[in-house]
Amino acid sequence: MKTSMLKLGTALALVATAATAEEVRVYNWSDYIDEDLLAKFEADTGIELIYDVFDSNEVLETKMLAGGSGYDVVVPTASFMERQITAGVFQPLDQSKLSNAGNIWDVITQRTAQFDPDNAYSVNYMWGTTGLGVNVGKVTEALGEDAPIDSLALIFDPENMEKLAGCGVHFLDAPDEVIPAALKYLGEDPNSKDPEVIARAEEVLAPVAPFIQKFHSSEYINALANGEICVAFGWSGDVLQARDRADEAENGVEIAYNAPKEGALMWFDQMAVPADAPNAEGAHKFINFILDAQNMAAASNYVYYANGNKASQEFLEEDVIGDPAIYPSAEAMENLYVKGAYPSKVQRVATRLWTKIKSGT
Amino acid sequence: MKRFALISIPYLWLLALFLVPFLIVLKISLSDTELAIPPYTPTLDIAQGWAGVREWWAGLDMENFVWLTEDDLYWKAYLSSLKIAIISTLLTLMVGYPIAYGMTRAPDEWRPTLMMLIILPFWTSFLIRVYSWKAILSNEGLLNQLLIGIGLIDEPLVILNTNIAVYIGIVYTYLPFMVLPIYAALERLDESLLEAAEDLGCSRFTAFWLVTFPLSKQGVIAGSFLVFIPAMGEYVIPALLGGSKTLMIGKVLFEEFFANRDWPVASAVAVVLLLILIIPIVLFQRNEEKQREAGK
Repeated sequence: MKTSMLKLGTALALVATAATAEEVRVYNWSDYIDEDLLAKFEADTGIELIYDVFDSNEVLETKMLAGGSGYDVVVPTASFMERQITAGVFQPLDQSKLSNAGNIWDVITQRTAQFDPDNAYSVNYMWGTTGLGVNVGKVTEALGEDAPIDSLALIFDPENMEKLAGCGVHFLDAPDEVIPAALKYLGEDPNSKDPEVIARAEEVLAPVAPFIQKFHSSEYINALANGEICVAFGWSGDVLQARDRADEAENGVEIAYNAPKEGALMWFDQMAVPADAPNAEGAHKFINFILDAQNMAAASNYVYYANGNKASQEFLEEDVIGDPAIYPSAEAMENLYVKGAYPSKVQRVATRLWTKIKSGT
Repeated sequence: MKRFALISIPYLWLLALFLVPFLIVLKISLSDTELAIPPYTPTLDIAQGWAGVREWWAGLDMENFVWLTEDDLYWKAYLSSLKIAIISTLLTLMVGYPIAYGMTRAPDEWRPTLMMLIILPFWTSFLIRVYSWKAILSNEGLLNQLLIGIGLIDEPLVILNTNIAVYIGIVYTYLPFMVLPIYAALERLDESLLEAAEDLGCSRFTAFWLVTFPLSKQGVIAGSFLVFIPAMGEYVIPALLGGSKTLMIGKVLFEEFFANRDWPVASAVAVVLLLILIIPIVLFQRNEEKQREAGK
């Protein structure tokens, strides 16, 4: 959130060819859609689409809790969404308006139901894991051939981090994702809501903090692709987008993504409609448009994130559906964990710990 | 009646743009968090009339302010912001004064152009200007490429994500706010005073120090306030250019508001920040008025 709020100012306002009074305002994560789809939606429906982006759940949540955001569709992560539903932020979806709802994948809805019971308020957009993005060449140079690029030891063992500091390490600026990973590394329950257990994350994070160049939740895509940094603890698809950008630039940078073998956080970004959405009708049209198998596949093919749409899988390119970093095998899925939202008091403990790790105070 | 209207305009201005927002923030700072829209309890229920006010008074506690004293993060952040604001104000003054002085010394026909050059950067968005400093200061940035290119350094200087980058950002952004009031003060300066000083045996430097500088004092003070006050609560510049170790109260406020969703504590931080800023300003103005009266 570092700052977070700023680069997401890159608001993308698309001017519809057909000037109509109706408009839909969508607030989604940055680098998270094939922009051709936005034009396609406007062409198909004649609705003007206003598409803004953010890069932290905290920013989205604050906007939602303030009320009157003016958005019709927003895409919170399921764990955050859980408490937003409690706060009355969203309206239940009208299933009768979602003719493509039959496309959804039960493997995902079973998991999202623990955050959004019966999936009454949301439909999965995409999901992924939080793990290790590495510049293979530079990491091998720093740590040797047997560098643990698929283990949390890469980023949580101070000896490794000391050697990696020279080529640059970025971490997500997201305490809700990094603290569970640190707890997993310690062998604790990553989903723990016990302040004493959470406090133990400091044992892991404090010794490596001096070697972390930056905590940021979107800059690492470009930084990895340019070779400015060699390791990022980040989101699967974002790292794979970095891989793609490096390939396109033909700059000799080889990027790889691995979900840590100790276990990785699995998260779900859900499309939902705010209770005070100005155009709930149009919001359903947008969600239904995304639920279309070919549209959903186009989005996943573009951003390298898996989606919760079973029917879209036949339209996915082989380097998406066939990549275990995007669609893990059923066996690898066993090794993924999910995390619920922290209660307010515990959230304060986590944020304070995070500030301490980042600033030393 | 006319006089009353004239006096009341600035007070209405102050009421609408300062006091009312402040009271809203103060009210939130005295409430408690809640998982709802908006995320705090509506403590003062005016609809209930007097009973509502009494109930609010009875339940009033200062726990959010007490909380600020219990964690050293807050006063460290206030102190760190104070330090960054003071240093950057001094730096801006050191850069801005010679520019303003040079402008008044320039030939008359140049002045509109020079003035334009000071104002021109405002035509570009503040955010874009701060962002472009990242491209200049980063390890692969223009500055390092230049210095390495001319052989001055071998390894890139690490400037981005440090406090130095924050100082550069603040000085750059707020420079016009320093230059313009000083320029205005210097422009009014009566040249004959300097001639008189030199006739009476002052060197040019002494004349500057004894005549020019004291007469531009009002401009220096106004400029310093215009830089110091926003620098103290600055968020954008440290967020974009500073590192994770750059501790500033603006960032703490952001965390309280966005990460903790704790509007009451965030509001308490803002109220304390306002007090920190307003008390010295009021004291200073009183002092000025006293001096002015004594001068008469």
